[in-house]
Amino acid sequence: MSPHEGGAQARSTADAVARRSYGKLVAFLSSRTRDVAAAEDALSEAFASALTDWPRNGCPSNPEAWLLLVARRKLIDLARRQRSGEIAAEDLRVLAEGLDAASAGADTAIPDQRLALMFACAHPAIDPGIRSPLILQVVLGLDAASIASAFLMSPAAMSKRLVRAKDKIRQAGVPFRIPEREELADRLEYVLDAIYAAYAEGWVDPSGADVARRDLAEEALFLGRLVAGLLPTAAEALGLLALMLHAEARRPARRNGDGEYVPLAGQDPEQWDARMVDEAEDLLRRASVLGDVGRYQLEAALQSAHVDHRRTGRSDWQAVVRLYDALFELTHSPVVAINRALAIAELHGPNAALAALPDSATDARLLEYQPYWAARADLLTRAASYAEARDAYEVAIGLERDPAVRGFLQRRHATLAARKP
Amino acid sequence: MQYLLLLYANEHGWDSLTPAQQQQGAAAYKAYTEALQKSGALKGSNRLQPTSTATTVRNENGKAQVLDGPYADSKEQLGGYYLIEAPDLDAAIAWANRCPGAGHGTIEVRPVWEMSA
Repeated sequence: MSPHEGGAQARSTADAVARRSYGKLVAFLSSRTRDVAAAEDALSEAFASALTDWPRNGCPSNPEAWLLLVARRKLIDLARRQRSGEIAAEDLRVLAEGLDAASAGADTAIPDQRLALMFACAHPAIDPGIRSPLILQVVLGLDAASIASAFLMSPAAMSKRLVRAKDKIRQAGVPFRIPEREELADRLEYVLDAIYAAYAEGWVDPSGADVARRDLAEEALFLGRLVAGLLPTAAEALGLLALMLHAEARRPARRNGDGEYVPLAGQDPEQWDARMVDEAEDLLRRASVLGDVGRYQLEAALQSAHVDHRRTGRSDWQAVVRLYDALFELTHSPVVAINRALAIAELHGPNAALAALPDSATDARLLEYQPYWAARADLLTRAASYAEARDAYEVAIGLERDPAVRGFLQRRHATLAARKP
Repeated sequence: MQYLLLLYANEHGWDSLTPAQQQQGAAAYKAYTEALQKSGALKGSNRLQPTSTATTVRNENGKAQVLDGPYADSKEQLGGYYLIEAPDLDAAIAWANRCPGAGHGTIEVRPVWEMSA
């Protein structure tokens, strides 16, 4: 093998391990010391070492164990270098124990402590606004910049808050454990929010051309299954998994043969993954008998209604608006308000829907939110206010980062060019 | 790890209690302190004199600036503390939640900055 081929293989193996096991390695490396930042630094140094070592010496048979061993050595170096003035001795003892365990057997599976790590990140002692981004970063390895865009925050502010949260976990001694039954429900909400945020990040690239993003959606589904499996009586955990499966089932139908974006109304139900839809419906039924309705079950029920509408041609828009009402009551989310307005359009027409749209004058975030402008443009078109519709499409096009969706909006915009006024 | 539980409450609250209520309150604190002691978690504890007895000192340009009164005027005042040993924040929060002070005030839980020997 040429050095070049070796390098390419090393990189692809490292990428595969990073996607599969990043969170597992961070969780394992930090579970004793609670020092997540140090675990992340050591792990990224271990990945860098892998990219120089593996092309020369070949990829190890167990890349995860290799990375774990190297990361542990880096952690020990780090503890010696930086924390000589603190409680380095205790840290070193803890790390050395783990080092022995890690080197003992390449075949020994690394225990999956991701869920415990997620609960630490969603601890009530952590700033509520940073819990979800924190889980995305430490479990999935997302960088601060991409998390910042998903959470409508500046990258600099996001980085600062992530660092602060990690410091709090370490300094305040936030435990890495799955909460007892009685405190589980409260803590679970933040964990579920973070999983859904991860799924939404993966959903941004529906064609699946971007491997990292597609894996992000898969990782979110994996985490969703993990939580739902561990907590089979947590209705919202089942609801979230149902919601993600509904969305995932439609992934193949979101693009036509030319790679163009296809909205739900134009999709071919034959292209939906029937197995996933069935699984989602089954989860929703199981959740509904638990008598604990929440945001994710309502959203999954809405997906279910849309799927039913497209499959049967019949729809109960009144029920859909009622579901959105309940959802808005719970979340007060402008995104829910936008979708509620679109459902109102089906019941009472575009002018009623435009009146029901949230007001960008009272929520400035909407001005930079593409779906708000796309919904406005669509409703204005249906209300025959073509000039205003064109303006709204132009803003939506300027805000969209996905080229396929941008293309879809541009085609809509073009059909309005000839229309007056 | 060690945590300092800082007990904040309206320091005039105690004076407005009836003698029977004060007796009950003192008994609750005594029982709590004993529970901490028996579990081996207690490292130290004191009740403080009211903030009217406080003096604030700051050294400016080598000269002591001494002022009458507490560092910060607030609705609830630091009235005492427990220094405890706990395996993690959840254990410390559980102790804070059991403290009678959590019922009539606020407990701030602060990890102690551990220094190497």
